Amino acid sequence: MNKNIKFIQGNEVCVEAALYAGLEFFAGYPITPSTEIAEQMASRLPRIGGKFLQMEDEISSLCAITGASLTGHKAMTATSGPGFSLMQEALGYAVMAEIPCVIVNVMRGGPSTGLPTHAGQGDVNQARYGTHGDHAIIALTASNHQDIFRMTVEAFNFAETYRTPVILLLDEATGHLREKIEIPEPGNIPLVKRLRTSVKSGIDYHPYLPREDGRLPMSDFGDEHRYNVTGLYHDMWGFPSDNPKIVYGLIRHLVDKIENNSHQIARFRKHHVKDADVLLISYGASARSALHLVENRRSRGEKLGLLELQTLWPFPVDIVREACNNVKFTVVVEMNMGQVLQQVRLAADMPEKIFLANRIDGELITPTDIRNILRVIQGKGV
Amino acid sequence: MEKSRLLFSGSGGQGVITAAILMAEAAVRYESLNAVQTQSYGAEARGGATRSDVIIWDKPIYFPRVTQANVLICLTQTAFNKYQEMIRPGGVLITDSRLVKNSRKVDARRIELPLYEAVMDVIKNPVVLNICMLGAVIAVTELVRIESIKSLIAKRFAEDFLEANFTAVDLGVELVRQHLGK
Amino acid sequence: MAVKDYIRQRFFPHMWCAGCGHGIILNALLRAVDNLGLNKKNIVMVSGIGCSARISGYVDFHSMHTIHGRALAYATGVKMSKPELNVIVPMGDGDALAIGGNHFIHAARRNIEMTAIVMNNRIYGMTGGQFSPLSGYGSMGTTAPYGNIDHNFDVVDLSVAAGATFVARTTTYHVHELSDLIEQAIVHKGFSVLEVLSQCPTHFGRRNKVGDAVDMLKVYKKRTVRIGSEKKQTDPDLIERGVFVKKDLPEYCREYDQLILKARQNR
Repeated sequence: MNKNIKFIQGNEVCVEAALYAGLEFFAGYPITPSTEIAEQMASRLPRIGGKFLQMEDEISSLCAITGASLTGHKAMTATSGPGFSLMQEALGYAVMAEIPCVIVNVMRGGPSTGLPTHAGQGDVNQARYGTHGDHAIIALTASNHQDIFRMTVEAFNFAETYRTPVILLLDEATGHLREKIEIPEPGNIPLVKRLRTSVKSGIDYHPYLPREDGRLPMSDFGDEHRYNVTGLYHDMWGFPSDNPKIVYGLIRHLVDKIENNSHQIARFRKHHVKDADVLLISYGASARSALHLVENRRSRGEKLGLLELQTLWPFPVDIVREACNNVKFTVVVEMNMGQVLQQVRLAADMPEKIFLANRIDGELITPTDIRNILRVIQGKGV
Repeated sequence: MEKSRLLFSGSGGQGVITAAILMAEAAVRYESLNAVQTQSYGAEARGGATRSDVIIWDKPIYFPRVTQANVLICLTQTAFNKYQEMIRPGGVLITDSRLVKNSRKVDARRIELPLYEAVMDVIKNPVVLNICMLGAVIAVTELVRIESIKSLIAKRFAEDFLEANFTAVDLGVELVRQHLGK
Repeated sequence: MAVKDYIRQRFFPHMWCAGCGHGIILNALLRAVDNLGLNKKNIVMVSGIGCSARISGYVDFHSMHTIHGRALAYATGVKMSKPELNVIVPMGDGDALAIGGNHFIHAARRNIEMTAIVMNNRIYGMTGGQFSPLSGYGSMGTTAPYGNIDHNFDVVDLSVAAGATFVARTTTYHVHELSDLIEQAIVHKGFSVLEVLSQCPTHFGRRNKVGDAVDMLKVYKKRTVRIGSEKKQTDPDLIERGVFVKKDLPEYCREYDQLILKARQNR
């Protein structure tokens, strides 16, 4: 029996992967359906000398991990819809102050308290637009345990590479699902370490002066370089500034460092896309149902394909456009009122050929649900 | 092999989810099969109707829920009333003969077993009812080996409870053997 | 070192009004740090939003100017992840006890070692003079144009009830006492709260017709007494200054170190 093979929940996979990525600090507040992540962290982190904090709410949870990140530790929190709503202001702070951290949102049915124990994918737009003001964000997702592992590690890697908070959008259906996972051996997935400044003590260090490659080396709180961190617009020293030139430069930097690298950040899987007549686009738990249908119809000779998105933000516009251009029509499969559908229609050259197959009742969309929509579009009736 | 879709149901606190997890995990870790396990539940930690879906196959499994069960297991009347229609025509229905009455004529092979009675007679502790049921399910489906499930139980449960649980597994297997007249 | 060695001169002049008490607190803080001989690289100052919060930018420590009310939450992450750092959290009255009230009581409850300085000027200064949870009944503010009907917290009582293990109060008039209490608060191994009554002549003083900065300082001189003063018995409205609570209880980071040992043994 291979000891790396485990049969665990998606939430537990996320914990394994975070530890693999070098997580040392977790702060959170219990909320269904993400609670297993906090429970596992409480048990696992102290054993490796890491820290677990149960905070008084989700606001303070995100604040605490942001503080911990500044002392040089990889840090993460996990929550679900209502908690993610509470985190939005602190999320904007981490964006503005360029502090790497990972926020896991195990989505449930919303809005408000909604359906705590049921599946939903309604927070896609919130991940992108939830905090106030213009900004760019990275949000990843995954549909199966092996990919949850990889995307969790990628979330930490992107956070360090781009000095930004990264959101991992899981959902109740995969978070609570148990299936096989083979934990990769250390070193199998590359890890991005914190980029620290090489500026010597006594010489001025500029925490907000990007290198030529756009990356900003950091210095840990507690080390020699002392600098200011603020949520106000700030200069290269981290000092508040309302100089229009500096304000413009910073907002452009915050957006460009992510949007201009959308090709590097794009993660996706193509299933039978090459020769497909009809394309499904999906992500997270919905993609499992879509793939089930694709494999099923392929065995009967139907040319159905699936583009599974793993990076939702920045939205992989070019990849989606190209895939949609090569088929008769596209159906976006998701568990909300069409949040990714909207993006696909914006990306596609012929938005009138993009359709939606969704479910918004807390139940996982089934392959039959998708099949029925396909039949209606094809004029075959249900 | 055929894809096996099992639906375990009962009330919160009976341990049906634990039994479902053990079944699926044994298939993955000891029989090199693929398995997925999900559950749906409300706010109740105890009571209510609990359901856990298990799919076992030798190929990749994508859609993880059971829409039509090959094997439906019901440990309460409420669960039976709620899930009886989910059985696939010609599937197997396993119920406890004391806890589920009036199992109306469903189009299935009905296996009514005195699980609860046997557990109270032999082990005198209703806590292991779920494991006795699991022994029965394994005996009926033959998806995992008895020694696999016992190895897994030995890993998962505290040592003090192992004997009762092993006895419960054997009891479940034996009840099926008697039922089938083997 | 000279006080100048602890400030970021690039960041000056500061943004506080003439007569504001916050500069006096900054001065006393730097003297305390100098007296204790702390290394600048071992100090982190975390603040929220408001006039008081700007203090963190002026000091040459590691500084984090965060969001309104959440300074203690950010500070908790800093301290837990690097317990060897001295963490000082200056907050205004609204910052600490309105929007940040929940974080305040929970940080106190955990007894995590950090120094919370509540710079209490009884008003929201930065937004232009709205009443705060420390303004008190009958005070005037732009959002209390007919007189405030909200009662105020007593910061000392609240902190004691929430479990802070060092609780003290003074004013910007009593500068030596202020510096001494900041020292004591920093040295204390646990969650320390120091309430400093700090005048805001621009907004509180003007709207409440209590005179200019000097008049307000005179009030601090006349209307406050040391804890245990006999005057308080005949004049119960006098405000007491000094150390109200100082006790040794297990500190959170040290408790967590013990928890780590336990977790490793249970492996």
